[in-house]
Amino acid sequence: MTVSGDTTVRGTSLIELEGVTRTFKTPAGVITAVDNVSLALGVGEAMCVVGESGCGKTTTGRMLAGLLQPTSGRLMFEGADVWQTKGPKLAAFRRAVQLVHQDPYASLNPIRTVYQTLSAPLFKHHKSKRGRDARARVVELLERVGLTPAPDFLVKYPHQLSGGQRQRVAIARALTVDPRVIVADEAVSMVDVSIRISLLNLLLGLAREFKVTVVLITHDLAVARFFARGGRIGVMYLGKVVELAGTDTLVEDPAHPYSTALIAAIPEADPNITRNKRRVELRSADAPSLLALPPGCVFHPRCPLAEPGLCDVLVPVLEGIPGREGERREVACHVAQRERAPAAELLGVR
Amino acid sequence: MTVLSIQDLSIEYLSRRGPVHAVRKVSFELAKGETLAIIGESGSGKTTLAVSLIRLSPRSARITEGSIRFRGDTKDLDVLQLDDDELRRYRWNDCAMVFQAALNSFNPVISIWDQFLDTGRAHGMGDSRRVRDRASELLELVRLDPERVLRAYPHELSGGMRQRVLIAMSLLLSPDVVILDEPTTALDILTQRAIIDLLKELRDKLGFSMIFISHDLSIAAELADRMLTMYAGRVVERAKVDDMFYRPRHPYSVGLLRAVPRVSGTLGKVVSIPGSPPDLIRLPPGCAYAPRCPFVIDACREAEPPLIPVDTPEHDAACIRWQDVAETLRSDDEIPVAEKLA
Repeated sequence: MTVSGDTTVRGTSLIELEGVTRTFKTPAGVITAVDNVSLALGVGEAMCVVGESGCGKTTTGRMLAGLLQPTSGRLMFEGADVWQTKGPKLAAFRRAVQLVHQDPYASLNPIRTVYQTLSAPLFKHHKSKRGRDARARVVELLERVGLTPAPDFLVKYPHQLSGGQRQRVAIARALTVDPRVIVADEAVSMVDVSIRISLLNLLLGLAREFKVTVVLITHDLAVARFFARGGRIGVMYLGKVVELAGTDTLVEDPAHPYSTALIAAIPEADPNITRNKRRVELRSADAPSLLALPPGCVFHPRCPLAEPGLCDVLVPVLEGIPGREGERREVACHVAQRERAPAAELLGVR
Repeated sequence: MTVLSIQDLSIEYLSRRGPVHAVRKVSFELAKGETLAIIGESGSGKTTLAVSLIRLSPRSARITEGSIRFRGDTKDLDVLQLDDDELRRYRWNDCAMVFQAALNSFNPVISIWDQFLDTGRAHGMGDSRRVRDRASELLELVRLDPERVLRAYPHELSGGMRQRVLIAMSLLLSPDVVILDEPTTALDILTQRAIIDLLKELRDKLGFSMIFISHDLSIAAELADRMLTMYAGRVVERAKVDDMFYRPRHPYSVGLLRAVPRVSGTLGKVVSIPGSPPDLIRLPPGCAYAPRCPFVIDACREAEPPLIPVDTPEHDAACIRWQDVAETLRSDDEIPVAEKLA
């Protein structure tokens, strides 16, 4: 992968997916959920992967967390190929990378108190030897995730907590093993709008204060913009990363026609903005099935910029084009690459 | 002209700990052709309120007071007094509802055509030919291929297609009012956009009134003429869409508006509302929002503030400090709340 943004330089990344592909066998045939995706993250980086359902963002997240082995390609952590490591080194990776799930109603054991949920990994990984140490550590973790007064929460069961509080417990559980990387898959989608921002701030705080690398996977571009402000966003479509850029550049001046269409389509919580948005008309409303992906660029059947003989034949790869103020951004679009201009400009919605 | 008028409606759920005061003295009117958005967090009572409008509340719910009045071109109904037959005619013919979980709204083992036919027959469209013509016409309106879709089973359709089928089905008997519960939640962005544009087009073409329930302010910004903010079972603010977005007067509406980031324009100062909604069994004395409210004073905890007119006669808020809220937000210009407070 080429160098992108200012934060990550090849060779200094903490965790990296190198050209990973993942296929699944289904009764209807083999589908390629993720196709040749590369993603490198530095220490303490907060990044977002956005895309619609079926784009492969969750599969990418699970591969990044080492929970799913790539069909091809490598997962690198601190320079080592994770799927080639064994024993204590693999165990260290497992502790270093934690996943926070989408559904806090399903991810916590309903018959365990908060203390039981949080102390179990402490004992298991020998972080605490005695009950007293564990209790002090659990209280500290609860305070860090904003569940105060912490002693009140120790004896609570999940059903006694709100969705937001449960998600905080899930984050605290991820923190029990002092992770270096947290992959949060739609971690705020199921909590009320009124408290999403505070959860995002909690995750951001982990990146800023404790140098934890946080990857947030979301379908919500507004959430991504807030979370990855000052950082990067990767946009996925049908298994591929189609654009990777700094957040402001991506949101204000998207380079890929798909990102451009998404940003133009998104309803906004502001009547003046949302009712006067300039639209991007797609050639087809429905995304193709993963079982019958189109040849060439997977977006070409819907793309307003598609050129016959080019986009329906050749598969585009992520390549840098100049961004504003010399910033680099990468886009997998033949037309944007040839014109050396972002799709937002080519489609007149800049 | 008013098609639906709700007066002092209160609904309780029975629970072991005592009655849950889910909806408390809610009043509003819906004009012909108007789109009203009801917004609030989960537990604010918005769904309880919506299902009560077609009297589909679960058995544990009890309407303790109030009235729902429907006025169509030829009829004037006291909805809470209808008998079973009258109720069946009122549902779908006068007032239809599209539920949130698109897949759960279908019978999974019968085809879409049979679902249309069942609905049509149950509500007085005896002739299957008539049902087919109307269904085909509506499916074309929602940009689906009737040939293909009518033969399909629910699981064979994508989420967006199912939502479009439900919208088409809700219009089968040309109701005057359509109620939509979270019509675009769980749909992809491009599908959301398609559904929003579709609802606008149908509304303009067919002239029905809409009530939609959402926690998503952006859908309200897109579609609503007027908005209600609900908190702890009460309407705490009632305003035209622009007044609600740019000149909110209840601190809870302000809090909701500041809690949602946007993709376009400046990001502003986005912050969550601290705390959580109150226990609806044991409500705090005075204003239910007081424990979370940055504007709270002692008087707020003494009596529940009534919904009073603010700024204009068409704008009401239930806050004794609405003038201070206005002062804090200062300018009347159309600047998002999150930016004014940044």
